[in-house]
Amino acid sequence: MLLFLEQCLNGLQFGLLLFLLAAGLTLVFGIMDLVNLAHGSLYMMGAYFAATFVERTGSFVLGSLLALLATLALGIALEMVALRRLYGREHLDHVLGTFGLILFFNELVRLVWGPAGLSLPLPAWLNTSVELIPGVAYPTYRIAIIAVALAVALLLYVVVMRTRVGMLIRAGASNREMVGALGIDIKLLYTLVFGLGAALAGLAGLLQAPILTVQIGMGENILILAFVVIVIGGIGSIRGALIAAVFVGLVDTVGRAFLPDLLRLVLSASAASTAAPALSSMLIYLLMAVVLVVRPAGLFPAPGR
Amino acid sequence: MSEKFHHPRALVVAGLIAGLVLLPLYTQATGNAFALTLFTRIVILALAASSLNLILGYGGMMSFGHAAYLGIGGYAIGILADAGVTSGFVQWPIALGVSALFALVIGALCLRTRGVYFIMITLAFAQMIYYVASGLDSYGGDDGLTIYRRSSFAGLIDLSNKVQFYYLCLALLLASLFGLWRLVNARLGRVIQGVRSNERRMRAIGFPTYRYKLVCFVIAGTLCGLAGALLANHTDFVSPAMMYWTRSGDLIVMVVLGGMGSLFGPLMGAVALLVLEEALSRVTEYWQIILGPLLLLVVLFARGGIDGLLAEIRNRKSEIASHKS
Repeated sequence: MLLFLEQCLNGLQFGLLLFLLAAGLTLVFGIMDLVNLAHGSLYMMGAYFAATFVERTGSFVLGSLLALLATLALGIALEMVALRRLYGREHLDHVLGTFGLILFFNELVRLVWGPAGLSLPLPAWLNTSVELIPGVAYPTYRIAIIAVALAVALLLYVVVMRTRVGMLIRAGASNREMVGALGIDIKLLYTLVFGLGAALAGLAGLLQAPILTVQIGMGENILILAFVVIVIGGIGSIRGALIAAVFVGLVDTVGRAFLPDLLRLVLSASAASTAAPALSSMLIYLLMAVVLVVRPAGLFPAPGR
Repeated sequence: MSEKFHHPRALVVAGLIAGLVLLPLYTQATGNAFALTLFTRIVILALAASSLNLILGYGGMMSFGHAAYLGIGGYAIGILADAGVTSGFVQWPIALGVSALFALVIGALCLRTRGVYFIMITLAFAQMIYYVASGLDSYGGDDGLTIYRRSSFAGLIDLSNKVQFYYLCLALLLASLFGLWRLVNARLGRVIQGVRSNERRMRAIGFPTYRYKLVCFVIAGTLCGLAGALLANHTDFVSPAMMYWTRSGDLIVMVVLGGMGSLFGPLMGAVALLVLEEALSRVTEYWQIILGPLLLLVVLFARGGIDGLLAEIRNRKSEIASHKS
């Protein structure tokens, strides 16, 4: 039971991390109608920036902030140089162009940081654990991730639903020509939204960096998961992304932890141990396929698309 | 149009095919075995890309999981060879049948969705199959499975002979292209091209578009399974990496680079991409840093791919000719 609680928390933490990635992806898709495969590269760059800046400055917080700013700047530059030209094109063009960007970023990282992975050690004050209920210790850093991600989700909600910029973003999503006709600089708005998405991806990368190795290609697997999340949640819907992300995080983590035992109830021990790893990796894809077959536009389709 | 100007596309395609047919003579004369291996691979991947072109280029179905059928065809060969069945007359029909069956099930589910959802659900199915292959511990799991004996065809053709194997691949590619040409000009092909430009209208006229799309999806999957069977015989090895999602991306790149919805486009794309990769990797170890932005430039400035460029050359020429006359 305690193990189950711990795995649920792990699932929640992973899900919220996925949300940070998926939120940027779904914003960019919902507003600019851009399929951005290079979103995973921004996540990777965030992690590499963090590993570098934390080492240089010697401070985890300062280094992380610098990494966040660097990813934001990178995202804005990327939008202005390349992706801006892809708006209004077919989705196939987006897939292909941003696929090219993935190759570019992976190779760039190999050139600058070398093929070996980096690690980002946690500072002592985060490398502790908290006793949640008597007898259950849980790493402080994972709780910090949950807290940061929830705070970002709240902030995003306030920005999008309660501010003037958020109003413009929503208006741009439903009718871009009208917003432009009313005298709003839609180009600037798009650049800002893309930068925001990039910063969120960078944040996810730098938060994940101390838990995993910082390595080339780290963005690709998680990018596919983030796509699964936004497809399940309904493309363009931030609320859908949050719910689907937590759902996917829980299903994936808890499935990996308990599926072998569950399978052992119905299969022989050896069959269960061969089937379980593959089945638990497949679980979320299976989930997505079921959702799409039942509701072809996701669980919470954004209005107007 | 003036008859004086031959279509540059026809010249390029004819030259390319002649080059492919004559290649073994060159490699025999120079002893350059590497070129033959490289071009065997190119021909096989051109077959896979051509099958994708049927649904992507002609049908407008943006499958991002086409490499799955490379893996399915390959694993069918690998698993049968592992079980001691090496006769190609048994292996190959099973490989094609299994690919067709997978394509039928996957297509039946995926074609319910459209647009980005279709891209994502085909990707999801390919990833599922990738993980299944990774989980096949008795067949090597992540590390893959070595094939110790290539398919045998009762002495009719020896696949271990590099030249014979190359000609087999080339013959299958050309036969498939001929079949695809007949197909896209037949009723089925006309209907799916109509669906690509306006599905709602096709349905209003009374075509059961879902069924037409599904048939094409299955044909494409089966043909790609054939490419997978060839690839497994070529590398003597199958592994989950054959169907990783970036491989599906590579196939899309070949189709778009060559020219979507053009019969010979994927062949030109496969040759261009793989030769470019080979050439760039000799210049620098970090060749993808050049290839990546190059793809972006193709997307931005050369929409029709190589085929589109060739068509443009022709248009310019005939424009000049009409000015003169």
